[in-house]
Amino acid sequence: MDLQTLTSMNWGIMAPEFTVLGTALLLSLLDLFMPRQKSRRMLGILSAGGIVLALVFLFLQFSHELASLFHDMYRLDSFSKAFKLILLLGTGLILILAYDYKMDREEEYRGEFYYLLLTALLGGLIMASSADMITLFIGLELLSLSSYVMAGLRKRDKESNEASFKYVVTGGISTAITLFGMSYIFGLTGETNLYAIGAALQDTSILQNQFLIAFAFFITFAGLTFKIASAPFHMWAPDVYQGSPLPVTAFLSVVSKTAGFALILRFFLLVFNSAPGIKGDPLLFQVQPYLAFLAGATMIVGNLVALRQRNIKRLFAYSSVAQAGYILVPFVSVSAMLFETTWFYLLAYLFMNIGAFAVIQEVTAQSKTQDISGFAGLFQRSPWLAVAMTIFILSLAGIPATAGFIGKFGIFMNALGASQSHYILAAILVGTTVISYFYYFNIIGQMFFRPKHDKEKLHHKKGLLLVTVVCAAATVLLGILPGTALHFFYEQFQLSDFFQTMEQK
Amino acid sequence: MNHLLSLLVFSPLAGILAVSFLSWENERAIRLAGLFGTLLPLLIVLIAAAGFQSSVSDLQMTEQANWISYTLEGLNGRMQLNIDYELGVNGLSLVLLILTSVVSVLAALASWNMKNASKSYFIFFLILELGMLGVFASQNLFLFFIFFEITLIPMFFLIGKWGYADREKAAYSFLIYNGIGSAILLIVFVALFMKTGTMNYVELAKILASPDGAGAAGSTFRLTVLISLLIAFGIKLPIFPLHTWMLRVHVQAPPPVVMLHSGILLKIGAYGLFTFGMGFFPEEFKKLGVLIAVLGVINLLYGAFLAIVQTDLKKVLAYSSVSHMGIVLIGLAAMNEAGVKGAIFQLVSHGLISALLFFLIGVLYERSGSSDIQDFGGLAAAMPITAGVLLAGGLASLGLPGMSGFISEFLAFVGLFETMPVIAAVGALGIILTAVYILRAVLAVTFGPQKEAHSAFKDLTVLEKIPAFVLLALVLFIGVYPEILSKSLTAVLDTILLGLRG
Repeated sequence: MDLQTLTSMNWGIMAPEFTVLGTALLLSLLDLFMPRQKSRRMLGILSAGGIVLALVFLFLQFSHELASLFHDMYRLDSFSKAFKLILLLGTGLILILAYDYKMDREEEYRGEFYYLLLTALLGGLIMASSADMITLFIGLELLSLSSYVMAGLRKRDKESNEASFKYVVTGGISTAITLFGMSYIFGLTGETNLYAIGAALQDTSILQNQFLIAFAFFITFAGLTFKIASAPFHMWAPDVYQGSPLPVTAFLSVVSKTAGFALILRFFLLVFNSAPGIKGDPLLFQVQPYLAFLAGATMIVGNLVALRQRNIKRLFAYSSVAQAGYILVPFVSVSAMLFETTWFYLLAYLFMNIGAFAVIQEVTAQSKTQDISGFAGLFQRSPWLAVAMTIFILSLAGIPATAGFIGKFGIFMNALGASQSHYILAAILVGTTVISYFYYFNIIGQMFFRPKHDKEKLHHKKGLLLVTVVCAAATVLLGILPGTALHFFYEQFQLSDFFQTMEQK
Repeated sequence: MNHLLSLLVFSPLAGILAVSFLSWENERAIRLAGLFGTLLPLLIVLIAAAGFQSSVSDLQMTEQANWISYTLEGLNGRMQLNIDYELGVNGLSLVLLILTSVVSVLAALASWNMKNASKSYFIFFLILELGMLGVFASQNLFLFFIFFEITLIPMFFLIGKWGYADREKAAYSFLIYNGIGSAILLIVFVALFMKTGTMNYVELAKILASPDGAGAAGSTFRLTVLISLLIAFGIKLPIFPLHTWMLRVHVQAPPPVVMLHSGILLKIGAYGLFTFGMGFFPEEFKKLGVLIAVLGVINLLYGAFLAIVQTDLKKVLAYSSVSHMGIVLIGLAAMNEAGVKGAIFQLVSHGLISALLFFLIGVLYERSGSSDIQDFGGLAAAMPITAGVLLAGGLASLGLPGMSGFISEFLAFVGLFETMPVIAAVGALGIILTAVYILRAVLAVTFGPQKEAHSAFKDLTVLEKIPAFVLLALVLFIGVYPEILSKSLTAVLDTILLGLRG
């Protein structure tokens, strides 16, 4: 490839990624040359500016037709746009959250956090928009490696160190497993491009290797589910969530998870879409019981173990495991509504979970404890914060008039779709939802029914207030007028281009 | 298109706004705002009732707007799944809307003397009213479910924050039981939606009755759905053995909230069974007729037997509610005009009577700090009016002719004797038991030697007289002139009976 072909390519379609990359580089240089004592908070504002710019580029791309670089290695299609929107929004909100986060003794490392967050985001963006095993894997690693460091950002804190270490070890294992699975896929087809693999797997000569294909599916899937923290690969989540600085926890539970889902969706739908199963039926149909079992187990484990948690961050770790189980349900019955319902749920999840983390950050910082009793009497100390937290919790519990309910309703429609109905899975979904009432409403009970420990009223920080208000408003709005988001989705994202390669166009 | 119903359903919002802008200290203003917040829906529902034509069998005052739509792109082209915003009333839902508004106003009045009734109390109270109004006004399953769940959250807070000693346990058990109920409902509703492509009541009933619907939803599916509905609404109603949560709520929640709960929220269960169970699956409902009748009789007898041995007035009334909801089931199971009419009458009648009795218990508790029967006696001397109203309410509850309770019990049993005489005969025993437990409780409170501490008790104040007398007057009025109710119900009954005859 000479210089001329390199410059003649349509690099403009990568504008959001370049913006994030540029901001991250700029921040790392600034951090290096800034005087030691100077506050790094302004770097946060700068990185938020970068995110906003990337969002603007993304919005400008909405009307852009399907485009790709390097033979679909990087794709600008509706799927990537839809998911990048969530990733950028989520990271933006977390940046505002982080602005008010107290680093105490580790204040000098604040700059590191900002550019690590951006590189992690960059990894997520690549995961959402590439259709090649190599770049997908690079994106995944970029996200993971940045997250490992971020989890251990509080260097002098024992828990943070433990979190980082556990994350590196388990993450490394899962990466190895993923790669192992991918190697089978490559070995069977000789391709790294997902479309090419999908086509190669339909070849009749492959039929004698049905078992290998199924094996590759299981192995790759197992490796990738680590990222979304679904059972049985969820064990890292509680410790890592608990030990990490709070904005990092929020990032792991929302942005990192969304990127993981985007990768899984694209990977499995493209690669195994028409792969033959063992004797007869297509593979994606045959693995349904397995996926259903995973989803069910994730919901049950997440919700049941959450019942016993007293530490609010651990509790939310298990809650987010449970939520991953809910989102996995549509994957079982790959129905026509898979994309919009998953997207909607992830959008709703973004607002309700980041909102909840904002309140948790505020409350744990004030009460100096991560025990849920820190929430006692919050309604008297700060009524609006308590109301906002109630909205987030109701949404997480799937109570109507909140975004979470509409999201769950969409998942239900997938599970009980016309062609095939997964009643048992739906029953597990509602059953575990009711179980989740116990721990979710326990927090509400603490805030409203228990007497306050300290008389002091909470004084709010502006950044947290902004995040809380935005998230609460979005949660309620998406719950009452979900039509707006769905309409936007159908209007902007024509997902018919998902299976279309550039050559076919 | 007129928006009267939307206005009605969301009118409590005006009160919520008013209350939330008042300052914490100004308790009197908060109470006034709360009261006016309930008066507004009453006013609107009366306007709606005036414009209601009882001779028309179609839905009236309907509203429809696009809300959510999912586009499916499948192999056979595009398909739209629409969920609209649809409201409308028929005779039954109008009656229940009126009942809701009336009881809400009176419960707000009853909250007047609650010492800790604060801003948030009235906000939750009004959200609860909004939910209840919405449940009866909605015309599709999605909307019904949303409003149904909206009643859950304020109730949880009202019980858990303003109830008696064991309030939190009651609140959680309320939440979990009803959560399970609505979880089942959600599965049923989504399954129906995916099978038929609509959530609108009228369209659903039409599709399910048509040959097309028979193909889309087979008989096993229908029977399963109906049984699920029976369980879901059976929790709400409640049907034995799913009733334990309701006892806790009745004992632990503050009296005005129990007025609403026992007066209206329990009725949602019956309303759902009637509208969805009977309306959508008349054939299958017939098959389950005997089962429902037996459940009804069990409820009736079990509630009555346990009410006899209770020493706490609140528990007596709680079991009496279980017992009286049995009559609703009995009436529905009869599946003829008299039976179904009796069931609906029982809804209204029990709504009024239990609201009245719980109000009086609240009055007694406020003065004596107890609701134990043994702590009372000879109340007629110190509080003649209270004692008189209590006795009248008790008599209405046991079905004395000339009061509303009589009409409903009579009709329900007439209906059941026609179709299942044996079960009806067993059930009729319940009427005797009712007389026993009501008279035992009421007489012990009002007559006998006067307790010394009670001589200082003040009789009903002016503010307390309003709920007591209004409720009693309504009970008497329906008892003497039942036509007022049956007039508006004729059209609904005709439609449902047509379905039952197949």
